[in-house]
Amino acid sequence: MLTLHEVRAGYGRTTILHGIDVTVGAGEVVTIVGANGAGKTTTLRTIAGLVRPTAGRITFEGEEIGRLTPHEVVARGITLIPEGRQLFPFMTVRDNLRMGAYTPHARGRMAQTMDEVMDLFPRVREKLEQHAGSLSGGEQQMVAIARGLMARPKLLMFDEPSLGLAPIIVKQVFDVVERIVATGVTVLLVEQNVFRTLSLADRGYVLENGEIVMTDTGAALLRDDHVRRAYLGI
Amino acid sequence: METFVQLVLNGLMLGGLFAIISVGLTLIFGIIRLVNFAHGELLMVGMYLTWLGTSQLGLHPYVLAPPLVLVLFVIGVLIQRFILQPLLDARDAHVQIFATVGLSTALINLALLVFGADLYATPSSGVRDSLTFGPFRILIGQLVMFVCGIVVVGALHLFMERTYLGRAIRATAQHRAAAQLMGVDVKRIYIITFGIGAACVGLAAALVAPIYPASPTVGTYFVLTAFVVVVLGGMGSLHGAFIGALLIGLVDSLSAFYIAPDLKEVVIFGLFILILLFRPTGLFGLGRGSE
Repeated sequence: MLTLHEVRAGYGRTTILHGIDVTVGAGEVVTIVGANGAGKTTTLRTIAGLVRPTAGRITFEGEEIGRLTPHEVVARGITLIPEGRQLFPFMTVRDNLRMGAYTPHARGRMAQTMDEVMDLFPRVREKLEQHAGSLSGGEQQMVAIARGLMARPKLLMFDEPSLGLAPIIVKQVFDVVERIVATGVTVLLVEQNVFRTLSLADRGYVLENGEIVMTDTGAALLRDDHVRRAYLGI
Repeated sequence: METFVQLVLNGLMLGGLFAIISVGLTLIFGIIRLVNFAHGELLMVGMYLTWLGTSQLGLHPYVLAPPLVLVLFVIGVLIQRFILQPLLDARDAHVQIFATVGLSTALINLALLVFGADLYATPSSGVRDSLTFGPFRILIGQLVMFVCGIVVVGALHLFMERTYLGRAIRATAQHRAAAQLMGVDVKRIYIITFGIGAACVGLAAALVAPIYPASPTVGTYFVLTAFVVVVLGGMGSLHGAFIGALLIGLVDSLSAFYIAPDLKEVVIFGLFILILLFRPTGLFGLGRGSE
């Protein structure tokens, strides 16, 4: 479904990704693990069109998407739920969700999607008329995920959904991610919580200093000595 | 007392005009984050076009309002697309502001070249007739400005709250990167926003031309006042611009009478400096969004 072939990217003169290869198959849950600064967020931002690759190819459903602008990437069916939530603070939760369904493809089915998404997030339903900026961090993360689902994406990318949240909220976030995975949507997940992420994922990539150093099934990576030492502290 | 009430009426009516000019300015500031120094010159262009339409085609200035709104929208779109957008990625954000200053100077000199320094008075065609309410008088033209001010601000408010495009515009102002992730084409939003801002000025031009004569520097007076309104109301706030416009209209009217006509600008700009010193976010300013 999604293929990154020797993708290089960075900011200004600084190269962050030194030619990475990643594939995500339809219906798969794939994760990228790695230390802070390894390039995980840059990888997602490059796929989303926010960072332009300097070399390599990104294809989605057989089409090159590496030169598209962010809104064109969204229109193809790829949605990024960004790190740090990035809600529209002075808009109501309802309007934030409506913005999630901005693409013409999603707009026509907004009412139906809204019902489906609210079933996943009963707590969000109670907050629909509040300003997004007035919610707690955990609630904001739930709205950010709900907003991402409103686009009815074919590929949903999560960037650090549990970052900065209390342990009990982290558990709720992972429960929601699991329920989304169960609906069959293809997921590319970047998370610091390596143990839970690898348990959830079909396959994983280990990214170190902008290069993929290892790839295997989630279960196999969990058993790997290097992964256990470097990321699980075992 | 009657004088006072009459002055308040005059001030509110003038405020309607300031509101139309200021909402355009505050939209452009709040969404594109651009101080548009050419805003007044767009008004000036609109006023000359009104004069041309009335004197050459024999049309009533108010009949010219809809086509002027359209023409100024297109001019705004072209300015954003071909002058400001190429500068969007410039290393220094001030480059865009200097571009609007340059555009302003260019338009003033273009007007000087074409029309000279003479004043061009648009025929007032009944606009200067007055309605009397007991002891009070209101010019028809002023009443029209006031009503149009309310309608424009109300319509823009509904547009921003109720439509997909309006929501996308607000989203872009609040978080540009997140708006892109929702599928919003931010460059297109900027183009439309500048177009709307300029279109407001097109309406203002048709309304003000029968009352003030057009000259190359006519925009400066109105737009300097509009800058005060925008700062007073809170930069980027629609209803702030409306309330601010009415307040400045009142200050204009009352200070011209009770202090001295020549000093009203001193009062207004004194107020401007006081706002900047003591409440830089204005009356309704939320401060900057998350960016």
